[in-house]
Amino acid sequence: MKPRLLWLQGVTCNGNTHSFLNYPHLSYLLETFEFLYHPILPSTYTLEEISTCEYECDILVFEGAYDPRMERVGMNLERVVHHYGNHAQYVIAAGSCASFGGMFKHTDPEHITGLGFDEKEPKGPFAHSTKLINLSGCPIHPEWMGYTLRMIADNKPIAIDELHRPKELYAYLAHHGCTRNEYFEWKVDSDHFGTKEGCLFYKQGCRGPMTHASCNKILWNDVSSKTRAGSPCFGCTEPDFPRTNMFETKTNMSIPQDVPVGISKRSYLTMAGIAKSFHIPRLEKRLIDDNA
Amino acid sequence: MKNISDKSMTTKKEDRKTSIMQTALKLFSTEGFYTTTMPSIAKTLGMSVGNFYNYFSSKDQLAKELMLYISTVLGDKLREINMTDTSVKEKITMIVHMYFTIARERPELIEYFLRVFLSNREIFTKECTGMVCVSGFVTELMLFFDEGVQSGDLKDQDFFSALGLFMGYLGGMVFLNGEEVLTHPLNEYETAIAENIYNALRKQ
Repeated sequence: MKPRLLWLQGVTCNGNTHSFLNYPHLSYLLETFEFLYHPILPSTYTLEEISTCEYECDILVFEGAYDPRMERVGMNLERVVHHYGNHAQYVIAAGSCASFGGMFKHTDPEHITGLGFDEKEPKGPFAHSTKLINLSGCPIHPEWMGYTLRMIADNKPIAIDELHRPKELYAYLAHHGCTRNEYFEWKVDSDHFGTKEGCLFYKQGCRGPMTHASCNKILWNDVSSKTRAGSPCFGCTEPDFPRTNMFETKTNMSIPQDVPVGISKRSYLTMAGIAKSFHIPRLEKRLIDDNA
Repeated sequence: MKNISDKSMTTKKEDRKTSIMQTALKLFSTEGFYTTTMPSIAKTLGMSVGNFYNYFSSKDQLAKELMLYISTVLGDKLREINMTDTSVKEKITMIVHMYFTIARERPELIEYFLRVFLSNREIFTKECTGMVCVSGFVTELMLFFDEGVQSGDLKDQDFFSALGLFMGYLGGMVFLNGEEVLTHPLNEYETAIAENIYNALRKQ
């Protein structure tokens, strides 16, 4: 018998559902799991049938922020989530809203949370639950969902961090593998986003060095990432997402307010001040000169 | 036993090196950088010139190490102030006091910075460019300003605008004091200067 997977939605934009469709091995998952219900994939039951709470699933995937007062097809969301989640072996929060509250939490911060966290504080129907796996991201990387489901299908253990994110995916920083690392090392800024050159950390608001994500290790669509394409990392996998002014680096007297995770500001400023003292013409030129 | 002996030798050499630097600082800051030569420093110390070169391979290397040394001494003092649990305004008073105390008790440190480092840039352009030799001190000032803005006390502005106002003011007063044109002892200006700096940097 195939493991039974149920994909439910709370307060959501459907972004994770759509991102998941880009998983290149989706057919494998469709063959391996029985999809009891998914918003847009062929499923065994309709949402109306699922809402009766007459069935059980092995894996509950929940997309969107959790609002216990919400109703779907006439059924209270809290009841549906409790019923299926309590019977499931795994509860997967798909995306940052389901993980920490995310974007939609801001519409009603008092009532809306993630499934097990309110930002970084444990709260919600699966707070402290060992069955909870958070796949934060806005949206989730399809490969991250694919990895998690394949590990479950293969009955392999998934090590998680203190925010219940799989370590294999979130022990890295978005900074790791960024093609702009040499510019970061020598403190060469980028004055614009969308260019190949320069580091986006100093002016463009990049959160790569403070964000646990493997976007530059497991590329999106096997091709690229935000920082590779010239857009700053917005830190979308972290509990404080979304912050404000995401295209700006918050500075105090030109000094970045936040520095790479786990590094003291004193150490960072010492290193950065010295590195910035050197003038390296190669790093100030365009990588590809259009006029050459 | 061998390790202890090696350690003792290393410490002895380091002590000797520090003593050389202190003498060199005094000579450079009073006689000028170009007038002071490696043989003249060795002679003041009662060392042979050959032995002197065992400690510093060139005058430029000595000049660089002296600036690093000064930056570390000032940086350590500033770090102590940064770690103190008190207001930004009080910290400004402490920094002014610390700087003027050093200018009085160890004038060669400030004099070297003003009359050698800032006045002979050609010596320092290669290995002492930018923040390389002054990062110990400048980093602590960055941390001070950063904390001041975060706490809401200081106005957010370009770092160098604030740095120039703060250190340029203090350096200028020490320079005037060295020229003996001030009408009062340097320490009597501390309160007024600290207040002026606070008023200039604070959030309006």
